[in-house]
Amino acid sequence: MKLIWTLAAWLLLGTSAHAVDTSMAERTRACTHCHGEQGKAGPDGYYPRLAGKPAGYLFHQLQNFQQGRRHYDLMARLIEPLPDAYLRDMAQYFSSLHVPYPAPALNASGVPADVLARGKALTLNGDASRGVPACVSCHGAQLTGVAPDVPGLLGLPLDYLNGQLGAWQSGQRRAHAPDCMAQVVKRLASDDLMAVAQYLARQPLPANTSPVSLGVLRASNPASTKQQVATDARTGAMPSRTMGATPVATTWTCGSAPGVVGVLP
Amino acid sequence: MKRVFFALCAALLAIAMWVGYDNFADGLDTNVAVMSEPASAERVAQGAYLARAGNCVSCHTAPGEASYAGGRALATPFGTVYASNLTSDADTGLGTWNAQHFWRALHHGRSKDGRLLAPVFPYNHTSLITRADSDALFAFFQSLAPVARATPAHELRWPFGTQAAFAVWRSLYFKPATFHADAQQSPEWNRGAYLVQGLGHCAACHSARDALGASGALDDLSGGVMPGVNWYAPSLLSVPETDLVHTPPAEIVRLLKTGQSSHAWVSGPMGEVVQNSTQYLREDDLRAMVTYLQSRAQQALHDQPDPTATAPSRKPSARSVANGAAVYKDHCAQCHGDQGQGKTEVYPALAGNRAVQMSDITNLVQTLTYGGFSPVTQTQPQPYGMPPFVLTLSDRDMADVLTHIRQQWGNRAPTVTEFDVNRVRVLQTH
Repeated sequence: MKLIWTLAAWLLLGTSAHAVDTSMAERTRACTHCHGEQGKAGPDGYYPRLAGKPAGYLFHQLQNFQQGRRHYDLMARLIEPLPDAYLRDMAQYFSSLHVPYPAPALNASGVPADVLARGKALTLNGDASRGVPACVSCHGAQLTGVAPDVPGLLGLPLDYLNGQLGAWQSGQRRAHAPDCMAQVVKRLASDDLMAVAQYLARQPLPANTSPVSLGVLRASNPASTKQQVATDARTGAMPSRTMGATPVATTWTCGSAPGVVGVLP
Repeated sequence: MKRVFFALCAALLAIAMWVGYDNFADGLDTNVAVMSEPASAERVAQGAYLARAGNCVSCHTAPGEASYAGGRALATPFGTVYASNLTSDADTGLGTWNAQHFWRALHHGRSKDGRLLAPVFPYNHTSLITRADSDALFAFFQSLAPVARATPAHELRWPFGTQAAFAVWRSLYFKPATFHADAQQSPEWNRGAYLVQGLGHCAACHSARDALGASGALDDLSGGVMPGVNWYAPSLLSVPETDLVHTPPAEIVRLLKTGQSSHAWVSGPMGEVVQNSTQYLREDDLRAMVTYLQSRAQQALHDQPDPTATAPSRKPSARSVANGAAVYKDHCAQCHGDQGQGKTEVYPALAGNRAVQMSDITNLVQTLTYGGFSPVTQTQPQPYGMPPFVLTLSDRDMADVLTHIRQQWGNRAPTVTEFDVNRVRVLQTH
């Protein structure tokens, strides 16, 4: 019976004027209408790039929209009925696209030097007094992300960065628990977040824009290779000294990126 | 005067007593252990199949949570209702229920503790389910691993959430029913009628709801707008809307199995029905449903509207015609084709498409506004989709392009105005 149907379908397709385009590019047109051809980003600042982002990260974002941890009505409605298997396929597809990044649209002018300096300091060193790790300790030394779950932070428009950091701060954007990014952002003042966004939006991309592997990240964060930390990371448990009322954290673990451990300066 | 007052009081008291009796005197003893033997694997499997046929999972599962663990918020014009946890958890699910409690819920619409259930649960339909099927469903839900997930309290505006309101509503609209086979009809027809009117609860969407949220009779399939959701479930009896009577049965079966046929594509809430329910039904059950539906459509043939007597449509202005064609060329033709021919199995044809030409334009506006994917099925695990156009097209653009697709390539449907589009969009409540 199945054979007959297959034959019939083959005959039908074979004789039709237009062969069926079974590519993921065709299947994801509903996505690229807003996120740009090949997921290169939309024309304004609010539809971020999808191409080349880590697959696990993209899949988690689709789940976050579906399950109410991120909020955008059009996005949530569109993917609401889609099962995990298809969402993973979509995430894998966009992750596999290696499209060159444009140069940053902004240059150093138009923003006070001390703001950029503050942004740079937070990005590269964090803020030990507030228990805030450096961006690079989780997002990779080159800020190109860590496969499979941590996104890169470069090549994003200023409006988008500001919008997302603000949403983390207000609780509008969340991630799988333990929600490390929410904890980090909530320890920073709005001015600090804007400084980080101003700095990140002006950084050119390195020659290799691919996310690094977990091994590379660990090598650049010697403290995170400690046995205890690795165990915490595998189980997703919070390290013993994290998340107190006072910022005494030395490491961070993330529900959305179980393999990654952020380290305090 | 006094006498009138007392007479009024007595009448009210009598009505209240009658409503109370009507709702609570079902005489079911829930203390008896009715199932002596443990559920067999076959009975559990049968229950799982029936749960598919009833599409229980769609309402009784919250996004990203365990199947059947409840908690999905269901918007109604009276507030939000939360579907309950059907897993075997003792505290938050059906763990402490027995088959008699479960039967009372399906057949009488009452919970384990005797409370009246919110009629968002379509117990007017589940009332028709046989005791044997009820027991199989219960065995299936009891076989599910316990998931501790407390169901939030309903958020219904006063007085709609009170037991008194449920009681009055039930006395007006609900009567426990039993399915009686029609001896004049074939067993296949009767099986179809049982599935459509009972588990399938098709009329819950495919009939109009009144001001108190009541849908039509169990077998009313004359179509209606789903309040809150704001989609129009077309009449299954109408020739212009669905034309089941002239469609080959195998094509209707294919529509329920895959979401597509050579005549129609499902969209909106029906996509969810195909994805979660009908694609899993056995061929013989789908054929039975089609047999019943086609026989109903056949009976309704004589009261179809006269196609020559349709209200004269306002002719679109030259500017609208030009704009509609331009919008179509820019945004639609790439997928739906220059001649509205679509692409086989990928994008639906618009030429000759009944959904495009229905007098109710709700679904067209919803589709343009929000886009959507075809249902995910065993035959199509990676369906194609349409993007939302609400940010790209104004109400006027939408009206013009809808008029365009309704009046090109042999399509003949009335002009859509900006006002018509707006009227649909303001009904969107969430």
